[in-house]
Formats: sequence, C-alpha cells, structure tokens
Amino acid sequence: MKEKDVIIIGGGPAGLAAAAALYKKGIHDVLILEREKNPGGILRQCIHDGFGLTRFHETLSGPEYAQRFLDEIEKYHIPYLTDTMVLGLKAGTRKIVTAASRSGLEEWSAKAVILAMGCRERTRGALGIPGERPAGVFTAGTAQAYMNLYNRMPGKEIIILGSGDIGMIMARRLTLEGAHVQAVFEVLPYASGLPRNVEQCLNDYGIPLYLSHTVTEIHGDARLKGVTVSEVDSTRTPIPGTEKFYACDTLILSVGLIPENELTSEAGGILDLHTNGAVVDENFQTSLPGVFAAGNVLHVHDLVDFVSLEAEKLADSAARYILGEPLRDCPLKISAGSSIGHVVPQRISGKTDFLLSLRVSSPHRNGRILVQQGNHIVAAHEFRRAVPAEMLQIKIPAANINCTEDLEVSVE
Amino acid sequence: MQEQYDVLIIGAGVIGSAIAREMARYKLKIGVLEKNLDVCNETSGRNSAVVHGGFAYDTASLKARFCVEANRMMGDLASELDFPFERCGKVLVGNTPEDMTHLHNTLRQGKANGVTNLEIIGDDKLHELVPAVIGKFAMWSHNSGIMDPFLYTVALAENAQANGVDFYFGHRVIDIQRDRDSLYIVKTSQGCFSSRWIVNAAGLGCKEISDMLGIKGYKVIGSKGDYIVLDKKLGALLPMPVYPVPSNTYMGVHVTNTIDGNVTVGPNAENVTDFSYYGVPKRNIDFLIESASRLWPHISRKDQIRNFSGILPKWVDANGNIQDYKIELRDDIAPHAINLVGIESPGLTSAVPIARYVTGLMQEREKLTANRSFSPIRRGIRRFAACTREEQAALIAANPDYGEIICRCEKVTKAELLQAIHNPLGVSTMTGVKYRTRCMMGRCQGGYCQTRLEQLLEKECGRQAKDIIYSRQGAWLLQGKVREGI
Amino acid sequence: MKKIYTCIICPNSCEIETEVSDREILSITGNLCPKGDAYVRQEILAPERTIATSVLVANGVLPLVSVRLVRPIPKNRIFDVMEEIKKIKLQAPVASGDIVRKNILGLGSDIIATRSVQAISAADPAKI
Repeated sequence: MKEKDVIIIGGGPAGLAAAAALYKKGIHDVLILEREKNPGGILRQCIHDGFGLTRFHETLSGPEYAQRFLDEIEKYHIPYLTDTMVLGLKAGTRKIVTAASRSGLEEWSAKAVILAMGCRERTRGALGIPGERPAGVFTAGTAQAYMNLYNRMPGKEIIILGSGDIGMIMARRLTLEGAHVQAVFEVLPYASGLPRNVEQCLNDYGIPLYLSHTVTEIHGDARLKGVTVSEVDSTRTPIPGTEKFYACDTLILSVGLIPENELTSEAGGILDLHTNGAVVDENFQTSLPGVFAAGNVLHVHDLVDFVSLEAEKLADSAARYILGEPLRDCPLKISAGSSIGHVVPQRISGKTDFLLSLRVSSPHRNGRILVQQGNHIVAAHEFRRAVPAEMLQIKIPAANINCTEDLEVSVE
Repeated sequence: MQEQYDVLIIGAGVIGSAIAREMARYKLKIGVLEKNLDVCNETSGRNSAVVHGGFAYDTASLKARFCVEANRMMGDLASELDFPFERCGKVLVGNTPEDMTHLHNTLRQGKANGVTNLEIIGDDKLHELVPAVIGKFAMWSHNSGIMDPFLYTVALAENAQANGVDFYFGHRVIDIQRDRDSLYIVKTSQGCFSSRWIVNAAGLGCKEISDMLGIKGYKVIGSKGDYIVLDKKLGALLPMPVYPVPSNTYMGVHVTNTIDGNVTVGPNAENVTDFSYYGVPKRNIDFLIESASRLWPHISRKDQIRNFSGILPKWVDANGNIQDYKIELRDDIAPHAINLVGIESPGLTSAVPIARYVTGLMQEREKLTANRSFSPIRRGIRRFAACTREEQAALIAANPDYGEIICRCEKVTKAELLQAIHNPLGVSTMTGVKYRTRCMMGRCQGGYCQTRLEQLLEKECGRQAKDIIYSRQGAWLLQGKVREGI
Repeated sequence: MKKIYTCIICPNSCEIETEVSDREILSITGNLCPKGDAYVRQEILAPERTIATSVLVANGVLPLVSVRLVRPIPKNRIFDVMEEIKKIKLQAPVASGDIVRKNILGLGSDIIATRSVQAISAADPAKI
C-alpha cells in the first residue's frame, strides 16, 4: 500500500483546482485519480464559451478553462492517474482508497481525501416519465458528449424537456448543426437555467420555451416517434384535456443534476437531503474527519468558476489538516428556512467569517436573504431578483455570530 | 436459400431456448427462429425474476408439476449453465383472519403439489427475516428464489448453440405450409426454411403460430404488468421477495429483491389486446407505489431508476377462465408439430421441465439418438463487480481489459463488454450488451457509459454510427455524424 | 419606446430597461456594470453574437476540434459562418489557440481552436 498526504478523487474542475491550490500551500504529496482517459471532467465537452468571467476575468470555452488548470498541474508536476476508477473509500485515521486501472487494483493510504467526483444527470427513469422505451431519449450531457467528443449526431427532429442550462445550450448546439429543435418544455412556471441562456440559446434561434408544460407520454416501440405534452397546474400535475402530440425522433432531457456520492455514502459520510451532497462544515470537511468535498459533488453549482473557487477554498483547510493543525470545531448548524432550497456549509464554528452558498427554491424579486440566530439578524443580503437557477453567495462576518445558537437562512 | 432442419423452434424466449437445449441432447439439426434481435425480449425477460416454489397453482396442473420439478433442479442448472440464482426464500404477508385462512389454504395446496419447506410464521420470525416488512404473519417459502432471466435465457441459448443449434434473429414467421414430402415450409421475413418438426414456442405469438399450423380456435389474452425499479441502495434492506396474500388469479403487487441488488415493485395486471405495447402509464406507477408501500416502507419515487412492463399470454376458455398450459401434438391436424399455448407464469421457472416434456412428446413419435458430444456445461462472462478484491486483482493481471471500467454505476469493465459484443449468438444491439453485462442498467441509466459502449460496438462490429441498433429493428441510436467527410 | 433586454455578457443576466426614440437612446437602466450598457447599445444598433462549434480533424486522436470566434459577428450571419466552418478540415496536430481561419467571411473575427488535438501517431492510443 502506497502512502500519500492527500488523494483527490476526480480530475475535473474541482479536483484540479484543489490540487493546484494545495501545491501552492506546500502540500506536494498529492495524487489525483481520474476515471476518464484525460483530466478536465465535463468541461471537455462544454465547447461553448462563457466560462471564466469570475475566475479569470475573461470569457473562455470549457476546454480552455480546463486547460488553465491543467497547465498548473503540469507546471507543478502534480501526479495524476487517468483511466483509474476508485472502487472503495474507507475512512479512518488514515483513509484507504482502492482503485482499478489497466495496471491492476491499487490501494493508497492517505492522510486526507478530497471528494471531487462531480454530478450525474437525472434520467427519464428517475422522473418516471410514462410511455414506451424507444431509442432516441438522451440526457442533455450524453447528447453533448456524442456531438462534441465523438462527432455523432443524436437525431434531427428534437424536443427538449427541461430548461436546465445544458438543455438550452444543446438546443442551440443542435440548431447550429442543422437539427430542428421544435420546443423546450419546462414543468416549472419559470426557466430552470440562467436567463441569459434563455436569451442567447433559445430566443436567438426562435426556439419556443413553454413553461408549466411537461412530457406525459413517450411514443415509439423502436425509435422515438413522438411525445405527448401536457400543461401542468401549480402542483405540477398534468391538466387533462391539454395533451398535444409532437412528432419527433429525439427527446433531450435537461431535468436536473445529482451529486455523485455513492463513495461518500459507502464510506459512511452523512448526506444532506437537499443538496444530495455531503454535509460539510466551514472547512469543507464532511462528517468523516479528513474527508473533504467541493464542487458539484457537494452541491450543484451554476458556474464552473464557483466550483474552482470553492475547491481552492477547501485547499486552505485541507492543507491545515494535512499539516496537523487542528481545524475549528463547528457546533453551529445552518439550515434552509422558508424559500431556501439548500445551504452550504451546513455547520460552522461561529468564530470566523465564512462564505454561505445557497439557492432560493422559487423566484423572488426585490427581497432580502436573511441569516438569523433566533430573532437576531446575522446578515441580510438584498436582491433585485433571485432565481433558483442561480447560486447565491453571501459573506457572513463572524462578528455578528453568537457561538451558541443555530442559524437559519430564509427569504424575506 | 432454404435451410432444412429436423426441428424448427419458433421463439427464442426462455421456453424456445430451453427446448433447443434439451433437443440438442439428441442427433437433430435444430434451428430457432426469433422475430426480435435477441433472446427473451418479451415475456421471458419482463417479469419479477422470481423462481417460484409451486404452491400457487392448482394441484395436478402442468403449472404446478413443472414448477415444483424446476424449483428442485434450479441450483444444479445454475451451476451447469453459470447464471445467477439465489435460493433466498420468500414471504406472503398477511394481517387479517381472512388472510390467515388464505395462507393456510395456499400452504395446503403447496403440500399437495409436493412443495416442501413451507411454513406459517408469526410476527417475530417475519420481522427477523425481513426487518421492515409491514404485516403480522406470513407464509414462508424457503425454496423460492430469484434469478437473472436474461442471463438464464442467454445461458440456455448459448449452450444450445454450442451444441449445434442455429439461431436466427430478426426472422419473423409469416406463413407455415406442409409440402408433399410432409416437410414444413416456414416462410419468414428473411427467407424460407424447411423442417420435419415444428415447435411453437412463440409465447405472445402462440395463437398466431397455432393458427398457421391449422390448430385454430385458441383464445389468448394478454395480461400486462408494469414494474418500477429502485436504486441499489435499497437492495440491502430486502433479503427476500415480499408478496401480499394472493387472489385466485393474481399474485398481487410484490416487492422483489433482484439478483443484482436492486428492488423491483410490481406488477399490476391489466388485460390487453395489443401484445407489443410496453408503455407504463403514470396511474399505474402511482398504483404500484401505493400498493407496495403497504408491504414495505422504503418505497420512494426518489429512488426509482426505471420502469418496465411485461405481458403474459394467458389461454382462456369461452367464459374467460384462465387455463393450464396447453402442450399438444395434434397428429390429426398438424403431425410433427408441438404446439405450446398459454405459457405464462411460472414459465420462467418451469422452462426446463417444459422442454423435457416437449422432447418426450417428440420421442413418443420417433426414436431419438443421443448426441454423444453434447455438453451441458456453459460458462458465462466473468463479472468484475461480483468478484472479491483478490479475484478482481487476478482478473486484471490476467487481462488488463478487466481494469478498464466503462460502466461506473455497475462497475462493468471493457473485458466484459468485449465478451458480450462478441457473444456466441451474434447479437449486436446495445441492449444485447446491456442485458449480458448490466452496462447502462445502473442509476445513471447509461448517461456515462453509453457513448463508450456505442464507440466500442462501432469498432468491434465494423459498423457506421447510423447502423448501430439500440434494441430492435428500426431502433437506430444515432442519426450519423455531426461532420461527415474524413 | 421602452424595451427590456436580458444581458448575455455574464451570468448575472441583468434585466436592462431601455427607452429609445426614433433617433436616439434615451435611457439605459438596470445594468450592474458598464458591459451591460455596451451590450444593449450594440443590441439596439446591430446585434452581435459569438459561436462555438467543432471542426473536422484528420489523423487526430479526436475526430473533431472545438473552435470559437474570437470576437462577435453580426447575429444574422451566424448560419453563413457555420456553413463556412463546416467546410474546414484540419490536419492533426492542432494546438489550443491556433487560428483555424482568419477573418472569417471578412467579418473581422478569427476562428480559433479551443483545445489541442494530437496526431494519432504521436499520442497514446485513443485518448479522448
């Protein structure tokens, strides 16, 4: 068994940023384990631009954004193994990581482990969309991989279910390549992706977005022949009599992302039912001491820039842990109150400033995000518009926090 | 071109495949005609995957006789043919005095059928067996089990093929005639075949084929059942299938652990006339969740990863009463044709005894010579995910393709995919690989691995992207390339 | 005339309210930064967009290389540019940042590669 200071599971944006940041903090005994043939994660297939405005102050495509971090990895000679799938993680004083690759089954013992496995797409099966099971139903990311990595065209007559960002980006991508995108249907009364993507991916190309609509049946015993779409009421229940048939050969689903935490659970880490990621404290430490998490494995981000920034922040505390410095105890809980989808971190010390990440659970205008301990307002963040598509981050000063009461976040 | 056979079996479901294997024990030239592109695409592969004990069927019926016999031999079959089978037992759970009466009747019927190891258990024992189950008492059938219907059928078919049987996929039977030499001429969607014997193992198509043979008048109804599949994290909580107390004709919605660690919930039962429609309506999903939640508390929509349905062909009399299996040799109408009608549940369990019975009918008409080179042994694809760490290390050391994991959820390696792509039956669909390996069957439903599998299929089969078939004829996966031209 | 634009420059997606007469822009409000102001002025005058797509590569470890425009082009020329890009065939190796086509269709914008694609002979097999 080989020993390492830290093993990073996943060589996507979170893992790469964490590795480079750790190196800069003097932690050089790092190993990144990546299951794909190349590091870079999902960015490799995100060929559209719009990445990097926050982190690098310029707009880059996904591959270019990834390359910035890969250049650093190369510069510091940080080792990584590709085509290497982690099969098991055992948390203890030392963390035991088992992985498979063509060269065999290997085990490492590490002081710390950083979880950076990203997320997966919600599928048709998870939604339980009724109907037959023909070929031609793809998640947006799978369609994106086929087109951008493998030069394969999924189909010609397209319907998109879900207005997530990848779905809208694929609407544009398919249109540019000559497919006919008939419409995007969204079950919610608002778009679930960013407004700018509604503008530049749908409106620019005359693709209609139907809110409060969903696919209620899939037709075709071999290749997809069409879908039935219905309007839904405020409880997302299809309204009888509103069914409409759309002939199509391809259905693209952009209906949500789920952090990929099977390893975390198997190792005994506690998950947050709202984020589907691990419960972490302000150090990005999970319930397993020495196991840290950042990026989309922790909670789904809207922008990769925040993934990188979060992973770089994680590196601060992971470095201290590896160097044997104690991390602050985090006895105070933070919970999501009214109109808040989730909050990260879920535990804090109360003794230091921290950055609170959150999402609202429904769109709001001209309101305030309140962070409270009982009736005491710890922080208030005013906004003109808050939508679930967008992750909000608020700096919370320690000076306003008392060290005894739990915190609750809500929209006023 | 006309191939001439001693026996042509119509249908490569579990029954057709089992018959092919049994008959391959004799010196016979055997062909199997299947309209789909793989084995067990219909009833055989779309069910609860439970190995039944045999207590639920009328005493002295063929269903009871074959099922009890099959249950006894399943362990030996599994080791001969190398398919996953586990004798985990099952419970039928009740709450009321009427339930208790029903369970006692079922137990009595089971004993009369020759089923052993049945007992009525109380609350304590029930909850020791299945901790979370909702119920006060149960009938516990020790001998019941679970298996993989795909791999079982694949195993039967591959073993038949290894012993000389020819399988023809994508061959739909259109017409059957008898020529002057008493040979059957079978016209299919891809050419004609001739044969001395015909076996109708067409499952849902049994009436159609029976009519073609001239044996008319059967009434076969379809009983469609829908299922949902739950995430693997629930499998650990369910050590054996949990059934409600059955009615006369319907076993009820049950919760079943699968051999791979998922949980299935189903089926409902709806009579249908369209035997090719497998859509699952929302109201049925709701019904399944609601019904099964009365048996087991862990069922949540959040954990469903897929739904599917299957249709049972049930032979009914003029009054609509469901009949026993019909397995006949009508010398008066169709000599040398063995006609199987209404082979429904427990057909998956009973396949091999049915096949022996069919072969026995043939032997009543002609003397069969043993095929001395027949081997009953077949080895399946070694599954990486099912191995211990030590075994995994050894597998990779012997074949590095075992170290390349393509399906992240089910931990299926490139080595397994290559074996499945180059399967002995020559099946080359995406779902053919899926059912043989579990690639794309996990919680991400192929989101991660399907592009890789598709690329591998193109390469290994020398096909263009547009020619990759997902499941059946007409199910093209991709339209072609984004950029043509190099 | 009043009109609301959604700024596409950054994820803030500012809703920018404008008032325009026949001849001039009377007001622009709601933008969080000057880029929003510039975006809306351009949008009123002559909308521009960038695009990202792929170009064929021969003898590369990948069949395609991702590309993008370095500066926006008139929105109504997007499909003309796409047609032009579809004709391009490159030989591996291609390096990220390589100019694939200078001044495409005379629109004053270059097409650049956004990733590197090694030649098959020079690379490990099938790196994707």
